[in-house]
Amino acid sequence: MAVETLSKTKAPSAVPATMDFNWKTAGRIGFIGGILAVLVSVIGMVETFDGRDIIGGVISMGQTVVVALIFATAFMAADRSSKTSPLFHILGGGLSGLISAVMLALFVWVSQLVNLREIFVNVSPSLIAILTFDKELPAELSAAVIQLLLTGLVLGVVAGVLRAAPIKIRNIIFSGMLWVVAIGLLGELIRTLVTGRAIEDQVAWVLGGRLEKGLSVNGAVSIFIFASLLSFISQTFGARIGKEVQTRRAALPATTQRILNGVILLVVFLVLWQLPQYLGLYLSDVANTVGLYILMGLGLNIVVGFAGLLDLGYVAFFAIGAYVMGVATSSAVGDGRGQILFSLNWTFWEALPLAILVALFAGILLGIPVLKMRGDYLAIVTLGFGEIIRIMALSDYLKPNIGGAQGIVGIQPIILAGQNLSNPISLFHVVLIACVIVGFVAWRLRDSRVGRAWKAIREDEDVAAAMGINLVSTKLLAFGAGAAFSGLAGAIFASKLTSIQPGSFSFIVSINILALIIIGGMGSIPGVLVGALALVALPELLREFAEFRLLVYGVVLVMMMLYKPEGLLPEETHKAELHEDENIPAESHA
Amino acid sequence: MAMLEVSNIHTYYGNIHALKGVSIEVNEGEIVTLIGANGAGKTTTLRTICGLLKPREGHVKLNGEDLINYPAHELVYKGIAMVPEGRGVFGKLTVEENLEMGAYSRNDKSTLESDKDRIFTLFLRLKERRKQVAGTLSGGEQQMLATGRAMMARPKLLLMDEPSMGLAPILVDSIFETIKLINKEGTTILLVEQNALMALSIANRGYVLQTGQIVLTDKADVLSKNPTVQKAYLGID
Repeated sequence: MAVETLSKTKAPSAVPATMDFNWKTAGRIGFIGGILAVLVSVIGMVETFDGRDIIGGVISMGQTVVVALIFATAFMAADRSSKTSPLFHILGGGLSGLISAVMLALFVWVSQLVNLREIFVNVSPSLIAILTFDKELPAELSAAVIQLLLTGLVLGVVAGVLRAAPIKIRNIIFSGMLWVVAIGLLGELIRTLVTGRAIEDQVAWVLGGRLEKGLSVNGAVSIFIFASLLSFISQTFGARIGKEVQTRRAALPATTQRILNGVILLVVFLVLWQLPQYLGLYLSDVANTVGLYILMGLGLNIVVGFAGLLDLGYVAFFAIGAYVMGVATSSAVGDGRGQILFSLNWTFWEALPLAILVALFAGILLGIPVLKMRGDYLAIVTLGFGEIIRIMALSDYLKPNIGGAQGIVGIQPIILAGQNLSNPISLFHVVLIACVIVGFVAWRLRDSRVGRAWKAIREDEDVAAAMGINLVSTKLLAFGAGAAFSGLAGAIFASKLTSIQPGSFSFIVSINILALIIIGGMGSIPGVLVGALALVALPELLREFAEFRLLVYGVVLVMMMLYKPEGLLPEETHKAELHEDENIPAESHA
Repeated sequence: MAMLEVSNIHTYYGNIHALKGVSIEVNEGEIVTLIGANGAGKTTTLRTICGLLKPREGHVKLNGEDLINYPAHELVYKGIAMVPEGRGVFGKLTVEENLEMGAYSRNDKSTLESDKDRIFTLFLRLKERRKQVAGTLSGGEQQMLATGRAMMARPKLLLMDEPSMGLAPILVDSIFETIKLINKEGTTILLVEQNALMALSIANRGYVLQTGQIVLTDKADVLSKNPTVQKAYLGID
């Protein structure tokens, strides 16, 4: 039988390798893919993203989203629809792709019959044009539908072929595609970075000129080839080289290793120090925002990651730091009607320790009533605390002191030795130094006696107490340290903007910080950096995403929990625990 | 004077009167066991002794000093260590880190290594797995780890809550051998067990707890011959 000769995979002998094609599964997954594609169109994602081209004139980011959805679901369908036969993989992928396309075609057809815009405001003619390859509707409706179905089928078949291909080839092609999309997305950013520099022309060959959108076709092809090659090399030699480096490193004496680590860190620091010169004003400002989130992330990581105390009102301490800085340094805390009520006129450096101290005490103050609470209860109470602080800042009662809804203006910039450091480029250095100091403190705390006590509390409070750990002081220390870091971030934030309003301290900030910790890896310090880059820098650079930020967060978090629950850069032990069945050899006894 | 004197403690969970005047004495160097059925109050007694629960009445004295007003974490410094029910190892920490947590109260780094080595000679398997995350150990290994961790505090009195729970018979034997060894090396032990037969076989004296009250107490060998005990806890008719 043709099918049997084709199937090279070894099926378990009990199940014959014939006819295990599961067309229902393939169809269902294709259906889901179609629904998702229609959904992202209806909510306006496709059209919003259409403004950015991945490959200039060929495919936009909006189309990429639809294509990626159909492709990914078809791949999944190919994988699930058969265990044995490459032919069935291809068939399953094709079926799934076709059904997804049918759903889209149905959507286009319905949009021609009834006015969907009355309910879904985003179903505009330009959205339909994107989905129908700019055909003239309704005259060319059938042609558009046929092209749509064919595209879906081809996408599905390609996904199926890839599923049937050996894993090594699959990885090579996937990494090629991913790199093209990634560089295409960030093309604008790279172009701004190189403008006016020596390599501008070479970059323009790949990315297209300054005025164009997306990659050039040459560029896309060369990136694809380069990335595939890279993937091939790393797959073939990567493991061996990695092992070699590791063994050589381990063979070095401990002091040499420490010096090596120190040198690497120093080089990274020096590179970062020079960075704003290349980034320019806008990107430096983005980097500063990322830096402030890193500061807060490091703080919340102590509370949530180390000590396991879920805090949903963490923005409160950021607000407290900012408001202390504001009240202490503002030249004019007014009543909002032009009347100046008072001014303390401290400098940034005088107010900074106060801001940190007040935040620290606020952290301890919050900690005292919630000492006995765990998990959900703690989360609710801290959430309430965050809102209390924000609403107090908004209140009329405190308006004479902190400005109410108008907030505080005229906050002093950071001035050191006569130089104003509050422009984005100088501020970067301030933020960088703050991050280094706070990172160092967090790292030393983690490995200290109190760090071990935090971990023990996270695991089991009663047993921790039975080990001689004072639960009260240890928990309060976690709340206090976390709050102090956030207070520092808030103080810098206030001086950066020189004005603050209560609106900057909404609940979503707490959620952002918590999400970046989860994505980076609970309790992992490098994870905070990665999480901040992924959740703060990316949405800032890809502004189209900002509108769909919550949706993307949701999807990313669900995917993370399903496929990488330990986070992107997890703590070693946490990873080991979540993947214990993969790492630990089977035990012979109970 | 007894080393540990528990006199007439009454402990409540909310309105539920869990311990109705329990009195226990443990002399230095002894193994004393507290046996009883499910829900008799064995674990409650242990948790009251080590300060995790506060009794409404009664006293817990260690070498004459009343412990009732100390919070749980201070009792470690007084010389009481506990092996909690269900092991309670720190699942995300390695074996070695778990042992270090056990020595948290001591804060003297100089003897830490030699103490760890001592635990590793007691439990060879732990040595093999010293870098492994405790959550991935088997039940028996976790029990060894919990015992080793408590010993790291160099306690005068070791409280053990059902060390045999959920373990294969062969492992139960080896755990009880180790308990005897620990005792011989000078640690006094109060052992709570459902496995009354095993517990009485290594103990000097025993207490039988029933619905929050001590109903019987005697030398262990006498208790194991007592017809009521035999019928109720040893499964001998």
